[in-house]
Amino acid sequence: MSSEAATAIPQLKADELEAPPLTLRQLTWRRFRRHKMAMFGVAMLVLLFIYSFGGAFFVSEADANLTETAARLQPPSAAHPFGTDTVGRDILARTIYGGQISLIIGLTAMLVEVILGILIGAAAGYFGGWIDAVLMRFTEAVFVIPQIFLLIVMAKYFGGKVPNIELFGRTFSGSVVVVIVIIGATSWMYLARIVRAEFISLKEREFILAAKATGTPAVEVIFSHILPNCMAPIIVSATLAVAAAILAESYISFLGLGVQAPTATWGNMLDSAINYIDEGAWWYWGFPSLLILLAVLSINFLGDGLRDALDPHSRAV
Amino acid sequence: MDRPLLLEVNDLKTRFHTAEGTIYAVNGISYVLHEGETLAVVGESGCGKSVSVLSIMGLIPIPPGQIASGSAIYRSRDLLKMAEPEMEKVRGKEIAMVFQDPMTSLNPVLTIGKQITESLEKHMAMGHDVAVRRTVELLEWVGLPDPARRLGDYPHQFSGGMRQRVMIAMALACGPTLLIADEPTTALDVTIQAQIVELVIRLRQEVGMAMIWITHDLGVVAGLADRVIVMYAGFIVEEADVDSLYEDPRHPYTLALLAALPRVDRRRHQRLKSIQGAPPNLLVEPHGCPFAPRCERVIDRCRTENPSLQAVAPRHRIACWIDVQTGEPR
Repeated sequence: MSSEAATAIPQLKADELEAPPLTLRQLTWRRFRRHKMAMFGVAMLVLLFIYSFGGAFFVSEADANLTETAARLQPPSAAHPFGTDTVGRDILARTIYGGQISLIIGLTAMLVEVILGILIGAAAGYFGGWIDAVLMRFTEAVFVIPQIFLLIVMAKYFGGKVPNIELFGRTFSGSVVVVIVIIGATSWMYLARIVRAEFISLKEREFILAAKATGTPAVEVIFSHILPNCMAPIIVSATLAVAAAILAESYISFLGLGVQAPTATWGNMLDSAINYIDEGAWWYWGFPSLLILLAVLSINFLGDGLRDALDPHSRAV
Repeated sequence: MDRPLLLEVNDLKTRFHTAEGTIYAVNGISYVLHEGETLAVVGESGCGKSVSVLSIMGLIPIPPGQIASGSAIYRSRDLLKMAEPEMEKVRGKEIAMVFQDPMTSLNPVLTIGKQITESLEKHMAMGHDVAVRRTVELLEWVGLPDPARRLGDYPHQFSGGMRQRVMIAMALACGPTLLIADEPTTALDVTIQAQIVELVIRLRQEVGMAMIWITHDLGVVAGLADRVIVMYAGFIVEEADVDSLYEDPRHPYTLALLAALPRVDRRRHQRLKSIQGAPPNLLVEPHGCPFAPRCERVIDRCRTENPSLQAVAPRHRIACWIDVQTGEPR
């Protein structure tokens, strides 16, 4: 009996006893890695990026825009694995190039949103007083206008006013830039509020007083002392913002107000497919929809995983 | 003292305008500090010790704070009238601060190496490599074991005493002429307190800087300070050289503070004498002597007129209407 109890005590090896404690980064990574949905999201996103950007090595942009009226609305076949659209363009090639634009719009619109949100939220939270009052009333004013409505109005107003852009030897419709800016400009409000709240609580902390006491100017206090302390919520909402931006792009492109042809996006592919839903041409709208669904879902899973992993109060290890 | 004048504070008044009303935090304090001198500011919590030095450093949030009057002449420049960019050059370089709680006064997301080198690069115009080398020297100087390896560590990886050493290294990085220590040992346990006090005494000698040491621990003051200011409700009630304050305290409040101090030579089981009542409400504009409601020697005049600081002996001033030695009005 007593000998059994003695052997039941696990014997730690020397190196286990001396293993250094995990750093915050290691702990975060460990929590994230054990989040199954988030890992699924990451894997799926990697595949989607490989599909959109790697696919460009196998299919040229000319193929994606090549019209072949003899092969209109063909169901999936060996020549056209995803079928063709009403003017005979290959849907596989178009989803590859459309994916590039959709993903780029998602990421860059997120950047616009994050920059606006941080600047406005940080200024309001740090300086307080009338600056806070003015910026927050402005934020609320933008908030009460439904985003979709604002998007449509702005897309209509700015659409076609930006010339096409030559980049990497390719021509992009100027509407891409318009879409990026208006999505960013209509979605920064949540982030601004989060950043403001973080700043209000962090600026009262003693280490900020200590930083000021060493002669640190306000701009440096804001960006190199307070901002790094509120990166966790910013990273999480930035991730979710990518998904929201992809959806918003799909939405306005679907309405024909977003990115203009010949530049394809997953959203404007659906615009032309809408009339063929009843016609049995499932491949026409099915593949772009599936890709949007997978992208948005994966990014949301990733965001959830990041939220759980970055939350210092989370007990899961 | 023959040493040249470093800082002269005149009639400093700091108020806070809050929703509940105006808080009279500092009510016209004046003192001088010479180069290399250590001044201790003692008093209970909320008596305006910290606010008075934060006012001098220009670190009071305005609003709600307001410097109602006064000047702080540091080397013939008035710190209270200095523009912010100029003040940023003084802070950390010429006047440095160490704060009370080392657990909260280091930025949790920046490595300690970064926090110290940043100040060196800014104030001393050092290149990054030079600043890193200097940081290692500084950390070694304040007694942090194995500093080169610990530069990349974050504050949570250090103990309280070690963090306070890091704070001190940070404060002394640019060789300040004045170090303001705001209760630097209060959050530490007694043995670590003693180590930090010893460290500061050693560093003070090596750097030759002046110090303002804020504390409510009269025991620490005795071994450290040249002069002592006793504050109560935003007023200075007594100012004296450290020896005469302990040997010959003249203000009833100082007497009460000293009586409340535990002593090793006192009989066991003897109860400490606490001061009756509570500190005054700072929301009420001061009227009469602020200590009158709690004073054992109070006379009628105390309730209507606030005594000003008067010399009672060479280099010894008190603000009181009575002579504690005779118990008679002065």
